Amino acid sequence: MKAARTSNFRHIFQKIGYGTLTVMTLLTVLPIVLVVAYIVYQGLPAISWEFLTDFPREGMRQGGIWPAIVGTIYLTLGTAIFSVPLGVAAAVYLAEYAPDNNWTRLIRLAIINLAGIPSVVYGLFGLGLFVIFLQFGTSILAGSLTLSIMTLPVIISTSEESLRSVPQAFRVVSFSLGGTRWQTIRRIVLPEALPGVLTGVILGLERAAGETAPILFTVAAFYLPRLPESLFDATMALPYHLFVISTSVPGMPIQIQYGTALVLLAFVLSMNLFATVIRSRARARRQW
Amino acid sequence: MDKIVVENLSLKYSDGTESLKDINLTIPVNVIYVLFGPAGGGKSTFLRVLNRLNDLADVTQLSGKVLLDGQNILDPKTDVIQLRRKVGMVFARPVVLPMSIRANLTYGLELAGQRSQTRLNGAVESSLKKAALWEEVKDRLDEPAISLSGGQQQRLCLARVLAMEPDVILLDEPTSGLDPISTGRVEAALQELKEQYTIIIVPHSVQQAARIADVASFFLQGELVETAQGKDLFVNPKDQRTQDYVEGRFG
Repeated sequence: MKAARTSNFRHIFQKIGYGTLTVMTLLTVLPIVLVVAYIVYQGLPAISWEFLTDFPREGMRQGGIWPAIVGTIYLTLGTAIFSVPLGVAAAVYLAEYAPDNNWTRLIRLAIINLAGIPSVVYGLFGLGLFVIFLQFGTSILAGSLTLSIMTLPVIISTSEESLRSVPQAFRVVSFSLGGTRWQTIRRIVLPEALPGVLTGVILGLERAAGETAPILFTVAAFYLPRLPESLFDATMALPYHLFVISTSVPGMPIQIQYGTALVLLAFVLSMNLFATVIRSRARARRQW
Repeated sequence: MDKIVVENLSLKYSDGTESLKDINLTIPVNVIYVLFGPAGGGKSTFLRVLNRLNDLADVTQLSGKVLLDGQNILDPKTDVIQLRRKVGMVFARPVVLPMSIRANLTYGLELAGQRSQTRLNGAVESSLKKAALWEEVKDRLDEPAISLSGGQQQRLCLARVLAMEPDVILLDEPTSGLDPISTGRVEAALQELKEQYTIIIVPHSVQQAARIADVASFFLQGELVETAQGKDLFVNPKDQRTQDYVEGRFG
């Protein structure tokens, strides 16, 4: 009788526990759902073929955001070109070659701290180093390099983690069959870690695509009614354009602001979706 | 003829765990040489000295000589890659590489620079036949190796080593995870293989040791207690410690 009662109590407590956790989880999902829903609701009416492919007109109060879209695509690609090879190579070094000593611990510490630096500081650093000192000017090159530095820690840490999650037994077997370290990395470890590495790369680039502060002083143009023609051109970019039309243009139709926000959100979320698809497909065909 | 001669081999790990103390032994060619004893006795460590896989572990002290065909493989100038092609290893847990059955078998050869498809295909077939796996997988060579059963995977691991055409095969409890039928197949394969190779095996039980040994050595806490031909060590051990272990008083 007594035993039955305790088990009953336990049952109730368990239900309360589950209930609380479910509510908490829903609460964390709520903001993102609200943000997306609100922006879609406000921005969707602005979206048209003209809005996506036309240049801004009438002090950006009309027309489209084509140069900003192109600029963001260029910047994302530029960032990828610099940060992906460097980041993946660094991750391979840290995960596969680096001995565990004070020196590599220092490198890891530096990378972790790099990830914690506010993005506006990257912007100032990029202004000082790339724009002024190296004389790249306010340009796609300077902006991409600045965004690359900001993106590197994300790419390095996620790639390193992904490389480390490849079972050690594979490496041992490869060595025992006469494989060198590099052969083992190239033929076993990297292919197995690739989905994780790609996920890290995309998450890093996604952050780069959405940031305003690092491009503020290094590449972004307030208003530029043409497309950039070289690496040394400035360009408009979606996040900065959004900042400008939300703060500095009087009489800006609210639709265009939310339309721009929606395009930026779609750009970033579709990258995210792409990363998720890669990961789940890789998990489905994982052979261990 | 002696394939491997070990003289005064001592080894210590940096964390002070399992080690080897002054091991001396001689392994003749074309035999099944059994190393047995309780866990932590240094058997696996000893095997991993023979193909220098211990280079990857945290070894602080290594002294003595290991002569393979008269060459000291502990010499720093030894080409470790070449050594590992000559001294193949099968592990306790069958670890198939995340690729097809065929690619598992050609992996080592391709790393060694073999490009000829004819040679590679020949190696696939002959190694699978030697490991008694050919009939079971010949129609599904391009399927992922992970789709094989545990027993098949372990024979694939053996075939993968055989494809390299090594001189010596090291087996570290190769049947510990297998059912009796698969174990029987592996043991039968070993009996045929010893005609061409020198086989050094850590069996997973005293019974298995007694079944397959041509020569057997008893390892205890890093020491080589005694060595005897054939089944002598199991029927008629000289050392009290060996007798206690064989009769199941400890271990």
